[in-house]
Amino acid sequence: MATRTTKAGEAAHPSAPIVEKLRMRYAKRGRARFSSHRDIARTMEWTLRRAGVPVALSHGFSPHPRLSWIGAAPTGAASDAEYVEIGVTEHLDPLVVAREVDAVLPEGLSVIEVVPASPGALADRIDASHWEIETPGVPDELLAPALAAFHAADEVIVERLTKNGPKPLDVRTAVAELRLTLTRTDEPEAPEREDHARAATCGRLTAVVRHTTPAARPDDVCGALRAVAGLEFPEPVRATRRAQGRLDERGELIDPFATDRAAPTA
Amino acid sequence: MAESVFESLEPLLPRVKKPVQYVGGERNAGTKPWDAVPVHWALCYPDAYEVGLPNQGLMILYEVLNERDDALAERTYAVWPDLAALMREHGVPQFTVDGHRPVGAFDVLGISFATELGYTNMLSILDLAGIPLHAADRDTTHPIVLAGGHAAFNPEPIADFVDIVALGDGEEVVGEITEVVKAAKAESLTRHETLERLAGVPGVYVPGLYDVRYGDDGTIAAVTPTSAHAPERVHKRTTSDLDDWPYPKAPLVPMAETVHERMSVEIFRGCTRGCRFCQAGMITRPVRERSPQGVGEMVEKGLQNSGYHEVGLLSLSSADHSGIGTIAKDLADRYEGTGTGLSLPSTRVDAFNVTLAEELTRSGRRSGLTFAPEGGSERLRKVINKMVSEEELIATVSTAYEHGWRQVKLYFMCGLPTETDEDVLQIASMAHEVIRAGRKAAGRGDVRATVSIGAFVPKPHTPFQWAAQTAPDVVDNRLRKLREAINSDRSLGRNIGLRYHDGQPSLIEGLLSRGDRRIGRVIERAWRDGQQFDGWSEHFSFERWVTAAEEALEGVDLGWFTTRERGADEILPWDHLDSGLDRGWLWDDWQDALNSEEQDDCRWTPCFDCGVCPTMGTEIQIAPPGRPSLPITPVEQRRSTPVRNPALAADRGV
Repeated sequence: MATRTTKAGEAAHPSAPIVEKLRMRYAKRGRARFSSHRDIARTMEWTLRRAGVPVALSHGFSPHPRLSWIGAAPTGAASDAEYVEIGVTEHLDPLVVAREVDAVLPEGLSVIEVVPASPGALADRIDASHWEIETPGVPDELLAPALAAFHAADEVIVERLTKNGPKPLDVRTAVAELRLTLTRTDEPEAPEREDHARAATCGRLTAVVRHTTPAARPDDVCGALRAVAGLEFPEPVRATRRAQGRLDERGELIDPFATDRAAPTA
Repeated sequence: MAESVFESLEPLLPRVKKPVQYVGGERNAGTKPWDAVPVHWALCYPDAYEVGLPNQGLMILYEVLNERDDALAERTYAVWPDLAALMREHGVPQFTVDGHRPVGAFDVLGISFATELGYTNMLSILDLAGIPLHAADRDTTHPIVLAGGHAAFNPEPIADFVDIVALGDGEEVVGEITEVVKAAKAESLTRHETLERLAGVPGVYVPGLYDVRYGDDGTIAAVTPTSAHAPERVHKRTTSDLDDWPYPKAPLVPMAETVHERMSVEIFRGCTRGCRFCQAGMITRPVRERSPQGVGEMVEKGLQNSGYHEVGLLSLSSADHSGIGTIAKDLADRYEGTGTGLSLPSTRVDAFNVTLAEELTRSGRRSGLTFAPEGGSERLRKVINKMVSEEELIATVSTAYEHGWRQVKLYFMCGLPTETDEDVLQIASMAHEVIRAGRKAAGRGDVRATVSIGAFVPKPHTPFQWAAQTAPDVVDNRLRKLREAINSDRSLGRNIGLRYHDGQPSLIEGLLSRGDRRIGRVIERAWRDGQQFDGWSEHFSFERWVTAAEEALEGVDLGWFTTRERGADEILPWDHLDSGLDRGWLWDDWQDALNSEEQDDCRWTPCFDCGVCPTMGTEIQIAPPGRPSLPITPVEQRRSTPVRNPALAADRGV
């Protein structure tokens, strides 16, 4: 055993200290998109235990695993870019962790990548999201004029329900980019849903949204199009977060793991 | 046939609360190809997903059936009104969460009734599934609707709605029902022929093959089979040798939040303590223990397959397992430091229980300790056969406070037979004494006690099956006085929490528990008026039930079924259903109760002839002592997870 130092006062409930931190990017897709952040958090705790990952535990009468979460996608939205940081009690091969955890995740959740954490907070490397939004019943032809009106506006206010009541939210300022996606080639999800008749009536938007407080969600983006152009969405929209990261001057998202991958391995 | 309805369900999900409960995909769940097996089971817990998912009975049968080559089983739960309304609007039927197949397409719809409060939800489920509510209106295209679970020991109130009832343990009978249904499909039997054949399966009761006649006084005159295939009496089933039934092997781990987020291992089934109010204890005799080794293996596999942080060692009185000391110590040793909590639903009032609890909470996760004296006065505890003295209780809680617990929970019942205001008020003096003793033992003032009170409901197949249920206003009144008495000493009362529900829902539970076939009309009426989710106070309407009873009953009424004491000769609606208990013994035990005479536990004292073992051909099964459970993980190899994954272990020491 390489590192097994127990601090004084921990003996009553011995759980090993954090030896390193791993960062995981994971996806929630398909049916799992209906899970809330709390659902995902619980599920991930149990999954890590099933996989035998030695996650560090807090001390005291009610030990809990040392996981830190970064801005979860809302209930109902899919995502290819969710992040969690895991404190572990042993040095582990990130590739093996990725494989072993992925093998025991429930349907709809999957591990994209695991990296050892390099110095600097992960949260500081994320300030925007790239969303793709499908709009069943609202084809591109209807979306286009609404987008023009949105871009022409200085601000577009929607009302967001927070736990402190309704709050005005300026979606126009939060949105860095909003356009028709047009291409339909990169469809990784349930192909049976993509019947052609439906595709003809289903528009698709690409949105890059800055992480404001409260955060502007895909629903708010559609709410903004309703507010600015009277666009009605007959069916719930389907949103997928394709990426998160730091928005650079050119309007591109910088992969938050870029620094971790470049760092020398511990 | 039986294609997934998920595509039409999916657009509705963003509009409802907690949509994740409808999508399935739990870890360890799965689906089989429909055409690969001849018999399709839909297993239903008739309450919300968050309550139904953790149900052990359903989880066990789900695995047992899916292990068969000739059957598949999927699960379905009650749908909340928000989604139900959307489903009706868009023509989406009741579905299973596994394959999202329409429930109406299955061969058997098995509904597990832990309580009678699921009856109205059953009607919602049948209706949403497009299955005729009345068994008499169904044909071969409809599923066989099966009721099981503890409430099914008096299925008469739902006799019109179910096709068959399974009495007792389900592990073996589901296989035998599968065989009959398979043969019936192969031979293209009519529904009636199928039901007659099912009546030949031991433990299966087919209500439609019996005729019930009533006398002028409203009581039952006779229950008679109308088919040569229907037996005079139906006997319950009993699963023996629990080590041969290590289910669930892979507990379902949901993504949605549920009421019990832990892995449960049933360490024994049955109970012979003989608490006279306890239907579960009476109908599950005799005691059958799982061996400590069997328990250890189930815990190990279950943790591997689930990843849960907590293991519950379940039974009706877990501290009574003959090997509980070994089990607790071995498990505590094995999982210390792995963030795994161990819990024991503790109801026994003695110091041993505190020692056990201490052992189990060694690796953390220490919540309150629970004791259940059930009756407020010593006299009343003799009536209900819960043998514990006030001195024992005080000594026990003192030990608990001394050992660092700051909170104890005390469970009582109100409305017990022969109970007076004085009996209930003694709960207050007992609680005061607990705080006094606790302060002394802990050497500090901030110890707490919570007193939880449930209204007593007389249940079939218990010595109290003849008893008059106490009227809700009497119960409510006693509890009001109790609150005043607790708060009469402000210093002590401050540290005592009192929790109770009002008595009205219990009266309806009583109606559904001891009702006969005439109650079916009341249930249907209440449901048609909008009643469902009876176990949820925000959905329960006493007025609706009272109106339904007034309008649907003739000659008899709500009071006749609930607050009326039954006589020795009255035919009870469930008399033709045999839990093994001798009716004469039950009556004698009822008389003993009225005379405050106690009855011993037959595990440690000679048989007192309750009748179960000879009638059922069963015997008490005590785990052989002296066998080790599982090897203990050496401390230096212990990790923060209970699961050892060789792939990850290979990197250790790098």
